Amino acid sequence: MIYLDHNATTPVSPEVLRAMMPFFQDSFGNASSFYRPARTARAALEASREKVARCIGAAPQEIVFTGSGTESDNLAIRGVCRSFKGEGRHVITSSIEHHAVMKTCDDLEQQGFTITRLPVDSLGRVSPDDVRKSITPRTVLISIMTANNETGVIQPIEAISAVARERGIVFHTDAVQAFGKIPVKVDELGVDLLTISAHKVYGPKGVGALYIRKGTTIAPVITGGKHERGIRAGTENIPAIVGFAQAAETAVQHLGEESVRVAKLRDLLETAIREKIENVQINGSDAPRVPNTSSISFASVDGESILLHLDLRGICASTGSACATGSPQPSHVLSAMGLSHMQAQSAIRFSLGRENSREDVERTIEAVRETIEKLRGISSVQA
Amino acid sequence: MNEKKPDTELYDDPSDEDQETQPAQGPVLFYNDLVVDHFMNPRNVGEMPADEASGYALVGDPSCGDEMKLWIRVASDRIVDIRFKSFGCPGAIATSSMATTLALGKTLEEAAVLTDDDVIEALGGIPEDKKHCSLLGINALQKAINDYQLKKMMQHTEETDDLS
Repeated sequence: MIYLDHNATTPVSPEVLRAMMPFFQDSFGNASSFYRPARTARAALEASREKVARCIGAAPQEIVFTGSGTESDNLAIRGVCRSFKGEGRHVITSSIEHHAVMKTCDDLEQQGFTITRLPVDSLGRVSPDDVRKSITPRTVLISIMTANNETGVIQPIEAISAVARERGIVFHTDAVQAFGKIPVKVDELGVDLLTISAHKVYGPKGVGALYIRKGTTIAPVITGGKHERGIRAGTENIPAIVGFAQAAETAVQHLGEESVRVAKLRDLLETAIREKIENVQINGSDAPRVPNTSSISFASVDGESILLHLDLRGICASTGSACATGSPQPSHVLSAMGLSHMQAQSAIRFSLGRENSREDVERTIEAVRETIEKLRGISSVQA
Repeated sequence: MNEKKPDTELYDDPSDEDQETQPAQGPVLFYNDLVVDHFMNPRNVGEMPADEASGYALVGDPSCGDEMKLWIRVASDRIVDIRFKSFGCPGAIATSSMATTLALGKTLEEAAVLTDDDVIEALGGIPEDKKHCSLLGINALQKAINDYQLKKMMQHTEETDDLS
C-alpha cells in the first residue's frame, strides 16, 4: 500500500505506541484520584502538557486537552462567544475553513450571531485587509485556519493577528494541518487560541488540544468535573494524551529535515505529473503551502473515479476533505478559489508523510498517468 | 506501512456461501466486484461515426457532475451495436456500461422498457448515494431510441412525400 492521505490521518508511530502502553493497564488511575497509581497518571498528564506547550511556544497552563481537533475548534468558538452576553454579536471567519469551524459558525448564526465568511483569492488566501474592513464594534472573534487541509495553502496569520490585536479582538486559528509540517509558535503567530490534533502527527485519534492565551476569557462547552481547570470536563484520556505529547515532540524535533525531505517528494510528484499529463492544474501552487500537500485537478475526469483506480492499485489518496466523500457537492474550498464545478470535481489531494519514499512517489506518478489516460479515453468531455 | 497486502484485498467479497448464509444487512456502502469490473473495464466504450449511428443521445451536464453520450445502430428493429462515453463517478461509468450491455441485442421494444432498477439489479446493487447515477445510462438509451424513431419517421415522411 502507498498511503498518500496524511492530511486525513496518520498511523501511530512505534515510539508513540510504546509511550502509551503503560497507561492502559499499569498506570490506569484516574488523574483526579488520591492514591499512588493516580498520582502517576497525574504526573504523566502534566508532563505531557508541558511537552505539548513547549512544542508551540506556550506555557503549560495555557494548554487544555480535548477529545479532538473538532472539539478544540468548538470550544474555542463557542467558548468565546458564550462568554459574551447579549445578541447580535459578530464573528469573522473564512469560506475555506474545515467543517469543524464552518458548521460551528453556521450553528451560531442560527442562534443569532452574525457571521462574516471572508472570500479567498484564486490561490486560496484570505486578505488581512478584508479582515480589517469586516470588523465592527460588535465583532467578538476572528477564526481563520493556519493551513488549509485540501490545498495546504498557508494563511497570512501574523498579518491577520496584528489586525485583531490592534482592535482588541480574540483571534483563533485551527492549526491542525500546519502543526508538525511548518513551525507553529503561538507568539510568532500572535494568536489567542490555537487548535492542534494528535492523529495528524502520528499520534492516536481521539485527542486534541486548545491553546488558550493567558487572559483570554472562555466559557466551558462540556461541563462536569473540574478537569482541565474546569474548561473541559471529563476524565482525561491519559494514554492518548501521553501519546499526543510524544508524537508532538517527535514531529517538532524532526520538522526541519522532514519538511525538506517531504517537500522534495511533493515537488517531484507535481513536476512529473505536469510533464507527463496534459491539462492538469495544481491548486494553490503559487501560494506558500505546507510541504506535504498537493491538490491537482485533472481536466475532464471525475475525482472519485481517479481515486477508485488508484485504490485498486493500492494507492490511497483523497478528493478534497475526507468528510466530504460520498457528497455530490464539490469542495467548498476549491469553489471558493474560483474553480468551476468540473474543475473542483476533478481534483485529487495527495498528502505525503513520514513513511513515503521516492519509489512510492515514482509508482504513484505512473499509476496516475495510466489512470488519467484510461479515464479520458472513456470521458465524454474533451480534456 | 511496510507490510505488503494483496492489491485486491479491499474488494475481496466473502465467498458465495457466505453471501448466501448472510442476510442483507443495511444499505450497500461500497461498490461490489461487478460494479468495479464494469468501472475498470467498461463494455461498449467508444464513439460511432454519424453515418453508422441510427440514434444518438447526449444526457447530463458535466457542470452538474456527469454526462453521457450514447450511439446505437439499429437493424431490423434490433440494437445491433451500441457505443458510449461518460464523464462521472465510478457509479456513473459502471451503470453506463451495464445499460449498454443490457440493451445490446435487444429489440427496440424490449430496450425501451429497461429501467434504472434493471441496471442496478444486473450490477448486484450499488451504494445508496449513487443510485441517481444509474439514471444516466437509461435516460441516454431512451433518448437514443427516440432519436432513432424520430429520424425514421422523418425519413418515412420524406419517402412518402417523394412518392406523392
